Amino acid sequence: MTSFLVRRVVGAIVILILISLITFYLFYAVPRDPARAFCGKICPPETLELVRHNLGMDKPLFVQYWLWLSAIFVGRDFTQFGPCPAPCLGYSFATQQPVFSAIVDRFPVTLSLTLGASVVILSFGILTGMLAAWKVGQPLDKIASSSSVIGASLQIYFVGPLVVFFLVDTLGLLPRPSYVPFTEDPLTWFVHLLIPWVVLSIIFTANYTRMTRSQMLEQLAEDYVRTARAKGMSGRSVFFRFAWRGAMIPIITIFGVDLATLLGGAIITEQTFTLHGIGELAVRAVQNTDLPMLLGVTVVGAAAIVILNIVVDVLYAFIDPRVRLN
Amino acid sequence: MTFPSSTAAETGSDAVDTVAAAAAGPSAAVVGRSPGQLMWRRFRRDRTGMISAAVVLAFLLIALLAPVISWAYGKNPDTPYGLNQPGLLNEFGYPILPNGGISGDFWFGLEPGLGRDVLTQLVYGIRTSITIALIVTVLSTVVGVTLGITSGYVGGKVDYAIGRVIDTLLSFPSQLFLIVLIPVVDSALVLPNQETPTWLRFASICIVLTVLGWATTARLLRAQVLSLREREFIEAARVTGASPARVIFKELMPNLWTPIIIQATLALPLYVGAEAGLGFLGVGMPETTPDWGRMFLVGSTVYHSDVTYLLFPGVSMLIFVIAFNLLGDSIRDAFDPKTKR
Repeated sequence: MTSFLVRRVVGAIVILILISLITFYLFYAVPRDPARAFCGKICPPETLELVRHNLGMDKPLFVQYWLWLSAIFVGRDFTQFGPCPAPCLGYSFATQQPVFSAIVDRFPVTLSLTLGASVVILSFGILTGMLAAWKVGQPLDKIASSSSVIGASLQIYFVGPLVVFFLVDTLGLLPRPSYVPFTEDPLTWFVHLLIPWVVLSIIFTANYTRMTRSQMLEQLAEDYVRTARAKGMSGRSVFFRFAWRGAMIPIITIFGVDLATLLGGAIITEQTFTLHGIGELAVRAVQNTDLPMLLGVTVVGAAAIVILNIVVDVLYAFIDPRVRLN
Repeated sequence: MTFPSSTAAETGSDAVDTVAAAAAGPSAAVVGRSPGQLMWRRFRRDRTGMISAAVVLAFLLIALLAPVISWAYGKNPDTPYGLNQPGLLNEFGYPILPNGGISGDFWFGLEPGLGRDVLTQLVYGIRTSITIALIVTVLSTVVGVTLGITSGYVGGKVDYAIGRVIDTLLSFPSQLFLIVLIPVVDSALVLPNQETPTWLRFASICIVLTVLGWATTARLLRAQVLSLREREFIEAARVTGASPARVIFKELMPNLWTPIIIQATLALPLYVGAEAGLGFLGVGMPETTPDWGRMFLVGSTVYHSDVTYLLFPGVSMLIFVIAFNLLGDSIRDAFDPKTKR
C-alpha cells in the first residue's frame, strides 16, 4: 500500500509540474505583452520598461518560471506590489490582490457546490439505477432509462434559469441561489445551494443511473450470484448485499474521472447562478486577460483534480485488492 | 466493449430475414450481404433511430437553408427591428407583446434589448453550432485515430509517451482549460491592441476543442488496436510479409471503423454543448455572428422578465442533442448488435 501511494504521489507531482510549465509557457510566451496590458492604454516606453522589470518580465522565461515556482514555497518580493509570503502565486493584474488569497476566499463556494452535487449525483444516480435494475424491463425501468436520456442531454445554462424562474420567481418556494458560509448558518447554506446542487447534478445523475443499471445487471449474471441463489439466499439479499458491492467498484472509478468534468460543470453553474466561486474567478480573469490569476486558478484546479484522483485511487485500492498488485 | 469482426456480426434476426427472403419465392436465392448492408437493414428496423435520424437531418437542412428561410420569412438576424420600429419594445427593452413578443411578424418573438428577430437568430445559430461541432469532430477523430493506432501498433516508448499525454489530458479540468486557452490562442495569433476577427475566434475554438477532445478517441482506439494486434489474422498478414502500412490500412482499419463512427456520433452533441457553453461564458463566437451560446447568455440575464427568449434556444438544443444521442445509440446497436448497453 505504501509503495502504491508513493508511486501515485510522485506521478501526481510530475503531472502538476508539467501542467504548470505548459500553462506558464502558454501564458507568458504569447505575443500579447502582459506588461503592456498592465500598464494601460497610454504607456510611455520608460514606464513600460519599469513595469516589465517590476513584474520580473525582463528575465528569461525559464528564470521567470523558476521564480514563480519557488514563490509557492518560499514567497517572493514584488517591487510592484510588495512582499508576498509563501504560498505565493503572484498578484492579480486586474485587482492587485494576491492570487492565492483570492482563490482561498472563493474556495468554500466551489467546494460546497461540488461536494453537495456529488452527494446528489451519487445517491440519486445509484438509487434510480438500482431501482431500474431491480425492476428490469418493467415500466419503472423504462421511465428511469428514458428520463436519463433526457437528463444527459440537458444543459446547465438552460435548466438553471428555468428552475429559478419557476421555483423562485413564480412560485416563491425557494430563495434565490447564493452562498452563505456553512459555519454561519448551516440551514441557510443548505437552502440557498439546493437549486445549484440539483441543476448541476441533473446532467451527471443520468449517467450514473445508466451505469449503475448496467453494472447491476452484469453483476447479477455472475457466477457468485448464482451460487448464492443456489444456496438459498433470497433475491433481495443477493441484490442488496452481493451484487451491489460488485457494481460499486467501476462506479467509484468513473466518479474519480468525472471529478474533473464536475469542476468544469461548477464553472458554468457558478456563472448561471452568479455564485462567487473559483469558476467565476476564472471567467472574470479570462475577460480581463489577468494572467497571474489564470495561471493560479488553472494550477490550483489541476492540483485539486490530481489530489482527488489519488484519493479515489486509494479508496479503490482499499475496496479492490487486485488494483494494488498492478 | 467488444467489437466483433464483420463476419461474425450476423444476428439471429438477420438470419431469419434471409431465410424468409429465400422462402418468399424460388427466384429470391440466398444473397450474401455486405456488413454495411446488414447494418443498414438493422438500422432501418429501429424506429427510434429512424426518427432521430430524421430530426438530425432536419436540423442539418435548416442550417444549410438558413439564407433561404431568412429570405422567405423576410427577416435577417442582424437588423435590430425593435430599435428601428417603435412599438415593439418597451422603455426597458423588453418586447411589449406577451410571450417574448411573438406575433404574426415575429414568429418566435424579439430579442430583449436590441430587438433582433429570434427565429432567424436561431436558424443562423444552428449553422455556427453545427459547423464548429462538425469540424471539431472530424479533426479530433482524425488526430485521435492516428495517435491511438500509432500508440497501440508501435507500442514501447511511443505508446508510453502517448499514453501519458492522454492520461494528463483526461485528468485535466478541461472546461477550465477551454475558457482559459481561447484568449491565449487568440493572442498568439493576433497582434496586440487589435480586435480579434471572427474567423480567428472560430479557428481558436476549433483548435482548443480539438486539442482537449482527441484523447478519448485515442484511448479507445489504442485499446482496440492492442487487442486486435494479437489476433491470428494480423499475425498471418505479418508472417506473409505484409508491410505495416498494409497491416494498418487493410487489416486493422476495417475492424476499427465501427468504434470510430460510434465514438464520433457520440462526441458531436458534446461539442455542440461545449461550443454553446463557451458562448455562455463569454468566450465563444463574438457578437454579430448568431450563436446559441450567446442567446443563452442573454437569456440568462433577462429570464426574470422574459423567459420565452430562453426557451427557444434551450428547447431547440435539447431536441437536437437528444436526437443525436439516440441516433448514436441506434448506430451503435446497428453496427454492433451484441453490445449490451
